Amino acid sequence: MKISIGAKTLLFVFFSVVCVLILIPFYAITIGSFKPGKELVRYGLNLQFDLSVMSFDNFVFLFTGSHSYFTWFSNSLFLTIVQVALTLIVSATVAYGFAAYEFRGKNFLFICVLLIMMVPFEILLLPLYTLTFHLGMMNSYSAIILPGIANAATIFFFRQYLRGIPKEMIAAGRVDGATEYGIYIRLILPVMKPSFAAMAILNGMNSWNNILWPFMVISNAGKYTLPIGLKTLLTPYGNNYDLLIVGSFFSILPILILFLAFQKYFIDGMTAGAVKG
Amino acid sequence: MIKNFLYSQKVAPYIFVLPFIAVFAIFWAYPLASSVGMSFQHTMLGQPSEWIGSDNYSKLMSDGVFLKAVSNSVVYMVLTLVILIPFPMLFAVLINNKFMWGREFFKSTFFFPALTSIVVAGTVFRLMFGEMEGSLINSFLGLFGVEPIKFLKGQVTGFVALLALASWRWIGVNMLYFLSGLKSIPEEYYEAASIDGASSFQKFTRITMPLLKPTTIYVITISIYAGLAMFIESMMLWNGNNSPKNIGLTIVGYLYRQGIEKNDLGYAAAVGIVLLLIAMAINITQLILTGMFKKED
Repeated sequence: MKISIGAKTLLFVFFSVVCVLILIPFYAITIGSFKPGKELVRYGLNLQFDLSVMSFDNFVFLFTGSHSYFTWFSNSLFLTIVQVALTLIVSATVAYGFAAYEFRGKNFLFICVLLIMMVPFEILLLPLYTLTFHLGMMNSYSAIILPGIANAATIFFFRQYLRGIPKEMIAAGRVDGATEYGIYIRLILPVMKPSFAAMAILNGMNSWNNILWPFMVISNAGKYTLPIGLKTLLTPYGNNYDLLIVGSFFSILPILILFLAFQKYFIDGMTAGAVKG
Repeated sequence: MIKNFLYSQKVAPYIFVLPFIAVFAIFWAYPLASSVGMSFQHTMLGQPSEWIGSDNYSKLMSDGVFLKAVSNSVVYMVLTLVILIPFPMLFAVLINNKFMWGREFFKSTFFFPALTSIVVAGTVFRLMFGEMEGSLINSFLGLFGVEPIKFLKGQVTGFVALLALASWRWIGVNMLYFLSGLKSIPEEYYEAASIDGASSFQKFTRITMPLLKPTTIYVITISIYAGLAMFIESMMLWNGNNSPKNIGLTIVGYLYRQGIEKNDLGYAAAVGIVLLLIAMAINITQLILTGMFKKED
C-alpha cells in the first residue's frame, strides 16, 4: 500500500524516537565502561559525556588485570558452541522423526513436546537439582547441556520447517536403495541448512546468556560462565563496577556480531516457520 | 537380523525420536512426579524425608509472603500483557509497509536488547533507575524539576523499573512474531477492501486483527509463561533475592528462597506445584476464551 510523503516522514520520525529510547541503555553502558567505578557509585549511570573522567583504564584492566574474566569468557564460548551444536543435531533428528513418519504414539509424544513449551521450566528447578546431585553431575557442563538437548521449541520449529519438504524426496531415496538413516543424513539435512542458521542464533543467544540453571549447578569458580562470573562481581560487600561495566559491555559484542552477520537468515528463518498452526 | 530390524521403516521413527523420549522421561516427567511427591513431604537435601500429607499446601495458603509473591507475579504478568501485545502489534503493522524508510534498520535495532544477558540488562537498569540525582532517569526527571525518586524502594516505582526492563527486552521479539504473522496475510485482501472503500482503521480491525489471531494467541501463551515464571529480572534489579518489603518477590523467587536458600525442598516443591496449577489454569482459560479449542470453520 503506497503512502504519502507526509505519512512516511511521520512514521520515520516516530520509529526514530522509539529507536533512540531503545539505544539509550546501550549508550549508557558504553559511556559507563570508560568511567571509573567510583564515579558510577557517586553519580550513578548517566549519559554525561565527560572527557575529564573518561579513560581507557577499564579496558586496560580488562585485558591486562588479574581477574578471571577471560576464563569465564572462554568457558561460555566453549559451552555455547558445544550446547548449540548438540542441541541442533539432536532436535533436528527428533523433528525429522515427527515430520516424516506415521507411528503409534506419535500424537501423544507430540503433545508432550507442546506441554514442555507451556509449563514453566522453573517449577522443575528443585527436583532437577536433586536429580543432578544424585547423578553426580554437579559442577559439570553435562548437567547444563543434557536436560535441554532435545529442546521442545527447537523441535517444534524444525518440524514446522520439515512439513514443507515434499514426501516424494524420501520415497525417491528409498527407491534408490538408501537406508532410513541415509535418507535423513544425505538428503534431508542439507535441505535444512537455512533453518539451522535461525535456530543457531536463537539457541546461541539463550545459551550465551543463560544464568538461572547454570548458576545453581556450577559452584566451581574455574567453571563459571560469563553471566555467573559477572554476577559474582555484585556482592553484598560492595560491587566491582570497574570490571562489571566494561565486562558487561564486552560480553554483548560476540552475540551482537553473530547476530549482525547472520541477521538476514535469522529474521527470514524466524518468520518462515515460527507460528503456523 | 538385528540390523534389519533397526533399519526397518517401522522401527526407524522410534530411533529418531528416542532422544526426546529419554530426555522427557529423565529430565521432565520424573522430576515433575518427584516434585508432586516432595510437595507432600517434609524433605531436606541429604536427610530422610517424612510424609506430612497436605501440610505444605495449607501452610502456603496462610503464608502472607507467598501470597505477596503470587500477587506480584500475577500483576507483573498482566501488565506485561497490556504493554507487550498491543504495542509490538502496532509497530509490526506500521513497519510492515514496504514504502517505509529504514525498516530493516529498525527491525534489527528493536531486536538488539534481546541479545543482552539479563545479568547485564538488569545491572544497567538498576543503575539507570538508581536513587541518586545523577542517575539517568532521575537526571532526566530533574530537567522538569522533579525531585529524585527512590525507584527501587517503592512498590509502584519498583514495578515501573521492572516493566521498563521487560518492555525494553521483549518489544522487538514480539514485533518479529507479529511480523511473521503479517507475512501470511495475502495482499489481495487489502486491495479488495480498498476497492470497497474501507478506511485504514477498518482494514486493521476487520482484516489484520482477525487474521493475526493465531500469532496473537501464541504470543499471549508464551507471555503468560514468561510473566508468571519471572525471577532473574527481579533478582538483578534488586541485586539479590531480597527487596524491601518483598515488593519485587515473585513466585519463582519464593521457590528459590525456600528451596535453595532455606533448603526446605518439600515446601518449595509445593510452591512449584501451585505455580504449575496457576499457569495451566490461566493458559487453558485463555485458550478457551480465544476460541483455540473450537472446531475449525
